[in-house]
Amino acid sequence: MNDLLLTGLLILIKLGLILAVLLTMAAYLVLAERKILARMQRRYGPNRVGFGGAMQPLADLIKLLTKEDFLPARADKWLFLLAPGLAAVTALLAFAVVPFSPPIELFGQSLPMVVCDLNVGILYFFGLSSLAVYGVALGGWASGSKYSLLGALRAMGQMLSYELAMGLSIIPVILMARSFSLNAIVEAQASLPFALLNPVAFGIFFVAALAESKRTPFDLPEAENELVAGFHTEYSGMRFGLFFVGEYINMVVLGAIVTSLFLGGWQGPLLPPIVWFFGKVLTLAFVFIWIRGTLPRLRYDQLMAFGWKILVPLALLNLVATGGILLWLGGAA
Amino acid sequence: MNFWRDIKGTLQPFWVTLRYLFKRPVTISYPEQKRTPPPRYRARMILTRDPDGEERCVACHLCSAACPVDCISMQAAEREDGRRYAAWFRINFARCIYCGLCAEACPTLAIQMSPEYEICNRDPLNLVWEKEDLLVDHGGKDPDYHFYRHSGIGVAAPRGGNPDEQPPVDVKTNLP
Repeated sequence: MNDLLLTGLLILIKLGLILAVLLTMAAYLVLAERKILARMQRRYGPNRVGFGGAMQPLADLIKLLTKEDFLPARADKWLFLLAPGLAAVTALLAFAVVPFSPPIELFGQSLPMVVCDLNVGILYFFGLSSLAVYGVALGGWASGSKYSLLGALRAMGQMLSYELAMGLSIIPVILMARSFSLNAIVEAQASLPFALLNPVAFGIFFVAALAESKRTPFDLPEAENELVAGFHTEYSGMRFGLFFVGEYINMVVLGAIVTSLFLGGWQGPLLPPIVWFFGKVLTLAFVFIWIRGTLPRLRYDQLMAFGWKILVPLALLNLVATGGILLWLGGAA
Repeated sequence: MNFWRDIKGTLQPFWVTLRYLFKRPVTISYPEQKRTPPPRYRARMILTRDPDGEERCVACHLCSAACPVDCISMQAAEREDGRRYAAWFRINFARCIYCGLCAEACPTLAIQMSPEYEICNRDPLNLVWEKEDLLVDHGGKDPDYHFYRHSGIGVAAPRGGNPDEQPPVDVKTNLP
């Protein structure tokens, strides 16, 4: 009985910690992005609130909370209110299957350092990233505004096409690791990360992840110069904040997934696993920001052509080649 | 080949942005750092004086006529010796667009632009500046210029007091 209570308590503490760390990371990623983009353009970026702008996320939060929660007259009320939550929650939930450290011993119990080690972890992640499309689609449709609707249509088309390339690029990883569980995939990369074993899959997945998180050069759903703000044009206050923070949580989560699938997760020499894990995730986040500071936006037809004519065939070829090599090596049964 | 050019064009910008990341920002953090404007910088207006220390303004209204936003207003008056001056002179800096047309129009170089650019205020009414606020004790950009010496108008006696001159007519008395 006492044991059960302890386990429950540990799980609760773990959940709380993960939530806090994830939300803080998302908030400070916003600041980091603004700072890094500014420095790349030889500006300072936010540097007024706190030391060097360190309190900027807090100031933004206060600003968003005190803004009017606006409901457009022609909006579908319930869907309009539901959509931002959907966008943020799906991003948060996807982190559940990411292992960020090997299990640790605490009070004589083995505590796995992952919220839930599902044996179909990758499928769960894909399910959630498909659900995230709903947040965008419903938000855009329920706003009752043409900009929102156009943004949502673009987002849907983009996310559905790139999800395909993303899924196809992961199958070689599953073939190599022989498991759907992210924990098993991380452990399979003990000797060599899959990014080196199968760089094509890594490249395709990385590009598709950029498109999934709706970031430059694939930020058509919120193309400011054409669509005001895309699917969240009509949102204000904290509802906009949820979309916004969901986007950055998504960035962390995708970074974590890329780390687990291709970069060996928490594995690395010398430093403790958790440092390796967060170091890799933050490096990927920096690369995301770096890409945003460098590349211009694609045209919509270029985006679709790139997805369907290059990424998907390449992913299929890579799948066949990886399967063939594995068969040839006598690995697969 | 076009393909390689495209690859190069995609990858090269990454090196550029990375280099710029470590360069010093060129921003001037305004309230802490202020740049000194050049002496002929064209910011808020001043009313200058001639070498004798008299007000240069002769209240000809050319500046207020030239002003595209109608922010200058004044009342002309005449001294005992016949020299004109502005009884009051007002510039509404809340309206002023700092175009400099008034300074161009001024025949006596009275109204000029000065390098003082910090006149922000929370209340627009505090931006309505009167003659006392605008007058300075120097000649501005051309300190030796003296309008009356050039034009040669010597008004020695009061109006109507010169030889062969009729006394001025009070037009109001001609009303029916």
